[in-house]
Amino acid sequence: MSKPQPILEARGLVKRYGQVVALDGADFELYANEIVAIIGDNGAGKSTLIKALSGALQPDDGELRLDGERVRFRSPGDARKAGIETVYQDLAVAPSLDIAANIFLGREARFRGPLGLVTRLLDKRRMRREATDHFAELQIGVQSMKEPVENLSGGQRQGVAVARAAKWAQRLAIMDEPTAALGVKETRQVLDLIQRVRERGLPVIIISHDMPHVFELADRILIMRLGKRVAVVTPQTHTMPEAVAIMTGATKSELEQAMTKEAPPE
Amino acid sequence: MTTTHAAFRVTRRMLGAPTVGPLLALILAMAFFSVKSDVFLEGQNLSLVLQQVMVVGVLAIGQTFIILTAGIDLSCGTVMAFGQIVMTKLAVAQGVDPVLAIALGIAACVGFGLLNGLFVAGVRLPAFIVTLGTLNIAFALTHVYSNDETYSELPSQLLFFGRIFTIGNADITYGVPAMFVLFGIAWYLLTKTTWGRHVFAVGDNLEAARLMGIKTRRVLLSVYVFAGLTYGIAAMLLVARTELGDPNAGQTTENLDAITAVVLGGTSLFGGRGTVIGTLIGAIVIGVFRNGLTLIGVEVVWQYFVTGLLVILAVSVDQLTHRRRA
Repeated sequence: MSKPQPILEARGLVKRYGQVVALDGADFELYANEIVAIIGDNGAGKSTLIKALSGALQPDDGELRLDGERVRFRSPGDARKAGIETVYQDLAVAPSLDIAANIFLGREARFRGPLGLVTRLLDKRRMRREATDHFAELQIGVQSMKEPVENLSGGQRQGVAVARAAKWAQRLAIMDEPTAALGVKETRQVLDLIQRVRERGLPVIIISHDMPHVFELADRILIMRLGKRVAVVTPQTHTMPEAVAIMTGATKSELEQAMTKEAPPE
Repeated sequence: MTTTHAAFRVTRRMLGAPTVGPLLALILAMAFFSVKSDVFLEGQNLSLVLQQVMVVGVLAIGQTFIILTAGIDLSCGTVMAFGQIVMTKLAVAQGVDPVLAIALGIAACVGFGLLNGLFVAGVRLPAFIVTLGTLNIAFALTHVYSNDETYSELPSQLLFFGRIFTIGNADITYGVPAMFVLFGIAWYLLTKTTWGRHVFAVGDNLEAARLMGIKTRRVLLSVYVFAGLTYGIAAMLLVARTELGDPNAGQTTENLDAITAVVLGGTSLFGGRGTVIGTLIGAIVIGVFRNGLTLIGVEVVWQYFVTGLLVILAVSVDQLTHRRRA
C-alpha cells in the first residue's frame, strides 16, 4: 500500500535570526481531510514554522512541496495564490466595514462585463448573496451581512475571519491561535466552526496552546521542541500529559512520576 | 421595558447614522441665524454662502479621502494657493494659453499630492509631519514664484466658473454646481468602487488590508494624488471667484476650514469611517457660521474663534464616539 501524497509537505526547514536558530531542520506534512495541530513551548518554533508555511517569512534552508510539487512562497500573497489562507489570532478584519465587505476584502466582486470594467462598480448585491450562502453552509448565525464587524462579538468576528479563509482557500487553511483572544463560549463556537470547515473537505493546520482543544480537534498533533519536530502523536495513542512531557522534554522517569500523580485514586 | 429599549436602540442608530449629526448642526445654525438676521434666508444670501463654501468644499473632498486613510493634510490650503499662482502668472505674465495655464496649475497641485503621497506611503512618515513640511514649501514657492505680486485682469477662461446664472432672484456661479458634481463623483468613487472600498479598508485596519492582499501603499499614494487634483480644481474655482491670483490666498482660513469641514461632517480622524456627503454638510455649516456672524455684525476675528471652537467640538465628538474599542 503506497503512502498517500501530502497536500503540503516541508523538509528540513531552517530559519536563523543571528545567533538564534528558530527552525532547526523542521519537517511537516498535512494530508487531505485532516486537522493537524502544532504544539510546542514558547520559542519552540511553531510560529516560525507557520510563517514559513504561509509565506510570511522565507526559510534559510529546506524545501516546501504542495501536492508534491516544489514551491517557494516569497510573500503571503504567493501562498494565497497557491490556495493557502491564514487566519490570524489578532482578528485581521476591518471593523467599520460590514460582514460581506470583510469576506470579500481584497477580492471585491465587480459587475461583470464592460459595465463593470468602465464604471468599476462594486457588485454589492452579489457579494452579500454569496456571503449569506456561505454563512448558511457553515451554520454561522449573524443577523445581517450589512452589520459592521465592530458590532459583532469577538467569537463572531473570528467566525468571519474563519469563514473568509474557508471561502477562498483552495487547498488548506492555517489558523494561528484562532481562539486565543476569545471567551469560553465563543471559543466553543469557533472550534465547532473549524470542525465544519474540515468536514467540507478543507484540511486545516492549527496552532494552539490549549491542550484539551488540541486533543478534541486534531487528527494528528505535531510536537515541536527547539526548532525541530520531535514527535507526531494522535489523541488515540497519547494522553495530554504525555504530549506535554514530550513538548517540555521531560525524561521518561519524570514522565512516569507525573503519570502516577495524575492517575486518579480508584 | 423592551419598548423603551427598542426606542433607545432606534434613537441610537439614528444618531449614529453618519450624516445626522452634521445635518442637525446645520439646521440649528440656520435656525439661529434666520432668527437673528432678516436677510439670512434670502435667496441671494444663501447663494453667497454657497459661493463661499465652494472652494473649501472642494478642498475638503481631497481632505476627506486622506483622513479616511487615517492621515491628514495640513498643506491643502497652501498647495491650492500655489496652484492658483501658477495658473494666473502663466496666463497673465507669461502669455501661456489660459486653458493650458489652468492645466499646469492643477498639475502643480497634483505634483504636491504625489510628493506627500510618496513620503507617506513610500517612506512611511506620519502624514502630519510630511504635510506640515509641504505646507511650508508650498507657501515659500508661492511667494517666490509670484514675487509677492497679485495677478489681475485675468483672461476670460480663468473666470469661467465665476460666471453667473439666475434661479429665481438668486445669482449662482457655475462653480457651485461644479462643486456638487465633484461631490457626486467623490461619493461614487468612495461608496461604489473597489478603490473606495480599499480606501476605507486601509484607514480601518492597515495590517488587515495588507494581509488580505490589498496593495496598501498604492492605495495611499493614489489618495494623496487624488487629493492634489481636488486642490488644483479648488484653485481654479478660487481664481474664478476672486478674479485674482493672490499669493496670500488660502493660507489660513481655507486650510483649517477644509479639515474642520471633514471632521464636522462626521469623518473620524482615526480613519476608516466617514462620508463625503457629511463633508459637504460640514463645509456648508462653516459657510453658514461665517456668513451669519458677519450678518449679525460680529467682528471677523470672532469668526476664527468660532471655527476654532467648532473644530475642537467636532474632534471631541469623534474621539468620544469612535475611540477604538480595544
